[in-house]
Amino acid sequence: MSRLSFARTFVRVVLLSVSLVSGLFAPALARAESLKMAVTTSFNNSGLSDILLPEIKKDLGLDVQLLIVGTGQALRLGQAGDVDAVLVHSRAAEEAFLAAGYGTHRREIMYNDFVLIGPKSDPAGIAGAKTAVEALKKIAAAKVPFVSRGDDSGTNKKELSLWKSAGMDSSGFGSWYRAVGAGMGASLNTASGMNAYIMSDRASWLKFANKGDLKLLYAGDPVLFNQYAFIPVNPKLHPQVKTDLVAKLETWLTSEKAEKIINDYKINGEKLFVFNAKR
Amino acid sequence: MSDIFNGLAAAFWLIVTLDANLVEISLRSLQVTLSALAIACVFAFPLGTWLAVQRFRLRRTAIATLNALMGLPPVVVGLVVYILLSRSGPFGVLGLLFTPTAMIIAQVIIITPLVASITHQAMRDLWAEYHDLLISLKTTKMQRIRTLIWDGRRTLLTAALAGFGRAIGEVGAIMIVGGNIDHATRVLTTAIALETGKGDFALALGLGFVLIALALAVSIVSHWLSQTEREGRW
Repeated sequence: MSRLSFARTFVRVVLLSVSLVSGLFAPALARAESLKMAVTTSFNNSGLSDILLPEIKKDLGLDVQLLIVGTGQALRLGQAGDVDAVLVHSRAAEEAFLAAGYGTHRREIMYNDFVLIGPKSDPAGIAGAKTAVEALKKIAAAKVPFVSRGDDSGTNKKELSLWKSAGMDSSGFGSWYRAVGAGMGASLNTASGMNAYIMSDRASWLKFANKGDLKLLYAGDPVLFNQYAFIPVNPKLHPQVKTDLVAKLETWLTSEKAEKIINDYKINGEKLFVFNAKR
Repeated sequence: MSDIFNGLAAAFWLIVTLDANLVEISLRSLQVTLSALAIACVFAFPLGTWLAVQRFRLRRTAIATLNALMGLPPVVVGLVVYILLSRSGPFGVLGLLFTPTAMIIAQVIIITPLVASITHQAMRDLWAEYHDLLISLKTTKMQRIRTLIWDGRRTLLTAALAGFGRAIGEVGAIMIVGGNIDHATRVLTTAIALETGKGDFALALGLGFVLIALALAVSIVSHWLSQTEREGRW
């Protein structure tokens, strides 16, 4: 009796697990075509993806599955062939990616800008700075807490290049410079908790719900422009890449409809992205 | 403090209105975790029991190793599974990365040692009790293991629930191998991480309360199904 029941229970457990696992696959099979795209945290945190994806689904019947990572990791995913395309914002890294043959081409889609955030009291006095580099110099001179993404993302790369333009090396900074190694939202949370300065893209900042005592202090320098580009992964290296779907998506992202949606997207009445794809 | 009340309110509204997204990610959480648990138990119950019954030279080392593996860091498991399943890794052709299957694989690796270790602890005591009887009946090793598993099934429930608890609340590994893709691999824990990143603490906390409620419900249902703590039964 006991042996028989044991065998029966064993079979039941196996059947249960098999049915559970197969239950996971069934909806995947029934679903529309899908492709994977690695995008930056700033693109997703801005909320723009929540508006674009349903439209893409409606027009193309295409499920775009987003992997939300930093630019560095997004390019790694493309290099390994784990995604079909990437949408990132770090020109130098993108060009290196193309030069190594990992992507087929680079198509500029839109841009937004970076802003400098800090405590309302602005102890370093960056609000009156003339350039972004000058603002950073003031922060370094005052040695007030500054949170850096420190995650090799596009925003992080931009910040490091600005320190370089200011003639300073961020690796030699004291304890006021805090590299947290996290995404935009998590870094903003940290800055909010420490009442520190931070560089963010405008979209993530406007959407961010835990502003605390922080305030937008500096923006507008042209070096703070943040160009987003779409790069399909090279099918010669990774035959499983869905090139046709990627091409359809690229056509849609550069279409007049996408232009209107992107240009009309606003948070609190502020325009966030400017469409600039060449057709 | 007000964040916690906002979180409770958010959880309440999410549940009362049966938010479609919430239902979807909760079901996915359950599917992934229960699948991983079922697979882990198939390996872990016989392994833990076998370790209690069998005497061999490296037994102590094997048990110590198993106990140490209970503390396997999920992030490292996630990273290793990620590298193995990546298109440029050895199992890349299967195309499993960023699917629920990849999440199940990672969770099986994380919870199998835990379930096996607790099984072993329970079975060691039971074996001390059954030893003379089963030896005198001239049972084979397989028969002994089966008998112990069947008669110790209620303690095994505890082992399984411990595994469930570890898996359902896990975020490090499934974030890496699942990628937190909306409508594909997003589960409760990764959704909480995402909402925290957006600074929406109320929603994050609300999801957290739903997660706790879910774990509680599974535990209660499993005890009820196996009819423990009832009069006349142990």
